[in-house]
Amino acid sequence: MEISFLLNGETRVVQVAQPTMSVLDWLRAEGLTGAKEGCNEGDCGACTVMVSDAHGTRTLNACLLMLPQLAGKALRTIEGISGPGGALHPVQRAMIDHHGSQCGFCTPGFVVSMAAAHKNGRTDHDDLLAGNLCRCTGYAPIIRAAKAAEAEPVPAWMTEPAFQSAQISSGGRGIASAGQTAPAFLPETTDELANWYEAHPEAVLIAGATDVGLWVTKQLRDLPEVAFLSQCKDLAQITETAEGYEIGAGVTIAALRAWAEGPHPALAGLLRRFASEQVRQAATIGGNIANGSPIGDGPPALIAMGARLTLRRGDARRTIALEDFFLDYRKQDRLPGEFVESVILPKSAPDLACFKLSKRFDQDISAVCGCFNFTLKGSKIESARVAFGGMAGVPKRASAFEAALIGQPFTEAAFTAALPALAQDFTPMSDMRASACYRMQAAQAMALRYVRARLGEPVDVLEVEA
Amino acid sequence: MSTGTPLPHDSAHLHVTGQARYLDDIPCPANTLHLAFGLSTEARGQITELDLAPVRQSPGVVAVLTAADLPHANDASPAATPEPVLAEGAVHYIGQPIFLVVATSHRAARVAARKARISYATEEPIITLDQALAANSRFEGGPVTWARGDVEAALAGAAHVVSGTFEMGGQEHFYLEGQAALALPGEHGISVHCSTQHPTEIQHKVAHALGLSQHDVRVEMRRMGGGFGGKESQGNHLAIACAVAAQLTGRPCKMRYDRDDDMTITGKRHDFRITYRLGADAEGRLVAADFVHFARCGWSPDLSMPVCDRAMLHADSSYFVPALRVESHRLRTNTQSNTAYRGFGGPQGLLGMERAMEHLAHSMGIEPAELRRRNFYPATAPHQSTHYGQEVDDCILHALVEDLQKSNNYATRKAEIAAWNSTNRTLKRGIALSPVKFGISFTLTHLNQAGALVQLYADGSVLLNHGGTEMGQGLHRKVCQVAARVFGIDDAAVRISATDTSKVPNTSATAASSGADLNGMAVQNACETIRARLAEFMAAREGCAAHEVAFAGGKVNAAGRDWAFTEVAQAAYEARISLSSTGFYATPKIRWDRVAGQGRPFYYFAYGAAITEVVIDTLTGENRILRTDILHDAGTSLNPALDIGQIEGGYVQGAGWLTTEELVWDGKGRLTTHAPSTYKIPACSDRPRVFNVALWDAPNREETIFRSKAVGEPPFMLGISAFQALNAACAACGPHWPDLQAPATPEAVLAAVARARGEA
Repeated sequence: MEISFLLNGETRVVQVAQPTMSVLDWLRAEGLTGAKEGCNEGDCGACTVMVSDAHGTRTLNACLLMLPQLAGKALRTIEGISGPGGALHPVQRAMIDHHGSQCGFCTPGFVVSMAAAHKNGRTDHDDLLAGNLCRCTGYAPIIRAAKAAEAEPVPAWMTEPAFQSAQISSGGRGIASAGQTAPAFLPETTDELANWYEAHPEAVLIAGATDVGLWVTKQLRDLPEVAFLSQCKDLAQITETAEGYEIGAGVTIAALRAWAEGPHPALAGLLRRFASEQVRQAATIGGNIANGSPIGDGPPALIAMGARLTLRRGDARRTIALEDFFLDYRKQDRLPGEFVESVILPKSAPDLACFKLSKRFDQDISAVCGCFNFTLKGSKIESARVAFGGMAGVPKRASAFEAALIGQPFTEAAFTAALPALAQDFTPMSDMRASACYRMQAAQAMALRYVRARLGEPVDVLEVEA
Repeated sequence: MSTGTPLPHDSAHLHVTGQARYLDDIPCPANTLHLAFGLSTEARGQITELDLAPVRQSPGVVAVLTAADLPHANDASPAATPEPVLAEGAVHYIGQPIFLVVATSHRAARVAARKARISYATEEPIITLDQALAANSRFEGGPVTWARGDVEAALAGAAHVVSGTFEMGGQEHFYLEGQAALALPGEHGISVHCSTQHPTEIQHKVAHALGLSQHDVRVEMRRMGGGFGGKESQGNHLAIACAVAAQLTGRPCKMRYDRDDDMTITGKRHDFRITYRLGADAEGRLVAADFVHFARCGWSPDLSMPVCDRAMLHADSSYFVPALRVESHRLRTNTQSNTAYRGFGGPQGLLGMERAMEHLAHSMGIEPAELRRRNFYPATAPHQSTHYGQEVDDCILHALVEDLQKSNNYATRKAEIAAWNSTNRTLKRGIALSPVKFGISFTLTHLNQAGALVQLYADGSVLLNHGGTEMGQGLHRKVCQVAARVFGIDDAAVRISATDTSKVPNTSATAASSGADLNGMAVQNACETIRARLAEFMAAREGCAAHEVAFAGGKVNAAGRDWAFTEVAQAAYEARISLSSTGFYATPKIRWDRVAGQGRPFYYFAYGAAITEVVIDTLTGENRILRTDILHDAGTSLNPALDIGQIEGGYVQGAGWLTTEELVWDGKGRLTTHAPSTYKIPACSDRPRVFNVALWDAPNREETIFRSKAVGEPPFMLGISAFQALNAACAACGPHWPDLQAPATPEAVLAAVARARGEA
């Protein structure tokens, strides 16, 4: 497979022998060693690179980015952040002035994240830097540097004309070229994908590669056939329909979050804590659902909202309730050659609240994720949709708990009385994130938090100031 | 004057542009081979069959080595007792290297390393402290005990006594750059690059492994991507593996651990259980303390014995206790061999006392900071001595803590928080003050020495080399500032080169916070030797006394006239004056009898204090740090910016140890938190919302380098204030002692809330 992209402003045409090779490995083999391997699983951000296309500029973890995903895009690495003659970018200058580096190993990743934020005019630094770990500084000087650079203009070299010229090379889209270890397909439309996948049901579909990437970097698997969905633009649309919104499976978590700020702020709030900026910019809602993780943060919220899923195989489509998709641990209601095409959300869910519990506030995997959506008729509970992640082998509704509350008054006393029903719904397990006992306590605590918050009591540690 | 100036890290420009070169960034010869260890999947047992044929057949594999294939010593130990690089029949933990794969690529080596077919005769592994105690699995035969006074009698006569058991978890270093080494075979001997805090030990271990003398092995180290103690001994295995493979194949060999392998193979901070009994008189003056330390050392001694010693040496924290006894159990388990980590046992010992003080304050109803103040070592004569007999004659905590409390209205805030808590049911806030007194010097006295090599070139530029290593702490910048000050020249005229065992021999690890103290003095010594030669030369030439020649502002003044330093260097060269010198330093005044537990192990103490405020959610135990105020003693700071960087970073790392960072092993002995996906160091938003750090600006009373104080480890323990504040927030939930255990994960906080309410 041959792809082309811009690398620090220069067009590169690359023969891809190994489609699952990471951009990080490729860069470092090219002698561009500024991006570091800190964890090789997308958790530390030392390999952060900047990728631009018609949709703008974002940061991604190069360790989980596979070379074919770069086709037609502009890649900027730490080596491309300084200007002509070595002129420092404002965030570089500020990092020196504010002593933002100590050992320096994480610094290139931080600088790329900060330069992307600077270019995009973003100042929510805690959020944008949650995917960059630093063990030396305690982050304080890095934030001081980020703030100091905010007022500086974006340097001219960072605003070069959008990358237009590089196109996917002809013949590069479907193809096992000589010397290539595994066939790879780069479809441009969902129809192409559907037809190909029906004929190649054993293939692995790669959207953001934030999960499949680990199969390669950590499990050291050689994947058989792969298709990269990054060029399927029609899979990444959000469409308003009569009944709600249809979210294409290829919509990234970052795009979904930005969109949800309007119609679904509670969902957007939860997605703020979904992994990190670099992962959210790569990961897709379709991938998050299709991989069937019991602790993925998307499904509990979507189930509580009453989301439905469109599955497609060839030209055939079917729509099911999202909660019915998850059959058992890592087992979904999906036929060979069938894929998640979209998820359908209601127009609004004003009573939704989502709570994520993890050891670390940012960029952690949920021990428990609880999502609550109660509607009232008068003072009584008319309907209830409650779903949890981390409490079972699949994201799952709390049916007994819901049933115990339907028709009850919306009071803390009623919720407290219903809490034992959660033990009928779930038998959680113990692992490195939490004990079974604590998971159950936390699930019950989230129910109480929901009712207390709606009744006006302060329950959010983030709203307290010294 | 160069010292005292907040200059940036010497590599700051290289860091921010991505040009700073770490081990894996060094361009390698094209024929370089790549290594990976095959690891034990059992925690305890004998290898009954080791079938490596599938490994040898794996694509790209050049060689596979076992212990039997090693030509000389199979020993990576930093201690007297050997520790095999590759297992010799028995396996002792999950992750122990059994064999070494040499392959054409990093990935090929990793893939092959998983293909061995190994059979084990397994035994029941000893994973927990309780299992180790039940099996009497320990080092040194039995516990080590140091005591002063009749503790039992004093406790019996105390007006108040609290007792308890406190568990504190270990800590993964999580240096961002994993362990890595590169060996390049040469005409004579071998050249090794290694991401290590201890190049001399790498040199020793490689020499033994290859049957060479030390002069045959050259170790270079430009910078590490973080160390924190984790690269004091844990790099030995990689360097030895690379050297042996390079000798056998005649090709350059490189090894770097994948992050999961790194966390699975290498040792961490020791987790401790401390049981305590603390007694005070009616006024809250301590009369007796009794501590029993149980340390999980892992499978081999490594540095555990001195780590546990330092824990014992910090059992008094900042307080004079007339009768104090500390008993230390060094337990051997089938887990990673725990090792040095910032503070080297000191944090664990200190936290044991701080926890007991918090408990005593709760029990007696005395404000905890006030109880602490009443028990600090006296600021003025008559001074008191520690339980190991060192007089504490430099205690500045009374004034420092008073200053800190006043400057951020501790008393007012505490009252305001109590009022807030009384009107909030779900959320509770807590505030706590925690002091630090940390002993500075290696407890193994002979390590307290350093060497330097300083070269003045005829153009006036200075190149210096010393035994210390740069891991981010800014040591090289500080040492350059020392040289610039001695010569009276601009910092830009001084450069430092990679740490190199062929330039400065017989160095100590850059550890124990000693880097600038030791190497700064050695560099000063070398610079002064050269400066004295220049002064004599100028005095003779200009007809004045040597002591009248002054060096300042890039100029040399002699007999009332100024010359550029560069001119003087050129003239001295032409006059055939030697312009290079070694320098040396050995810390004075220290002596230590480890067996008796008596002496003066520390040249001086570094002090500090922190006040932290937190909020907890009493439904789930989730929590945030709201504000932290720190006042820390760096003596007369060599570089205030770098020192504040150490304090901010140390605090957050210390708070991480006691909050989000939790190591979990399953019953089989497998570390289940072996990657950043499951092991959570603080992220950006975990730093305190409000974070004020100031330096206590007063000279060290001892004659350290320009009266500065060591600053690497002491601030780590300021993070204890975050833990105490969480405990205080839990205590606001009910009348009972919450007995919060560390790390204070949401789960642990919720359990403490239940105890405070009397529900558990």
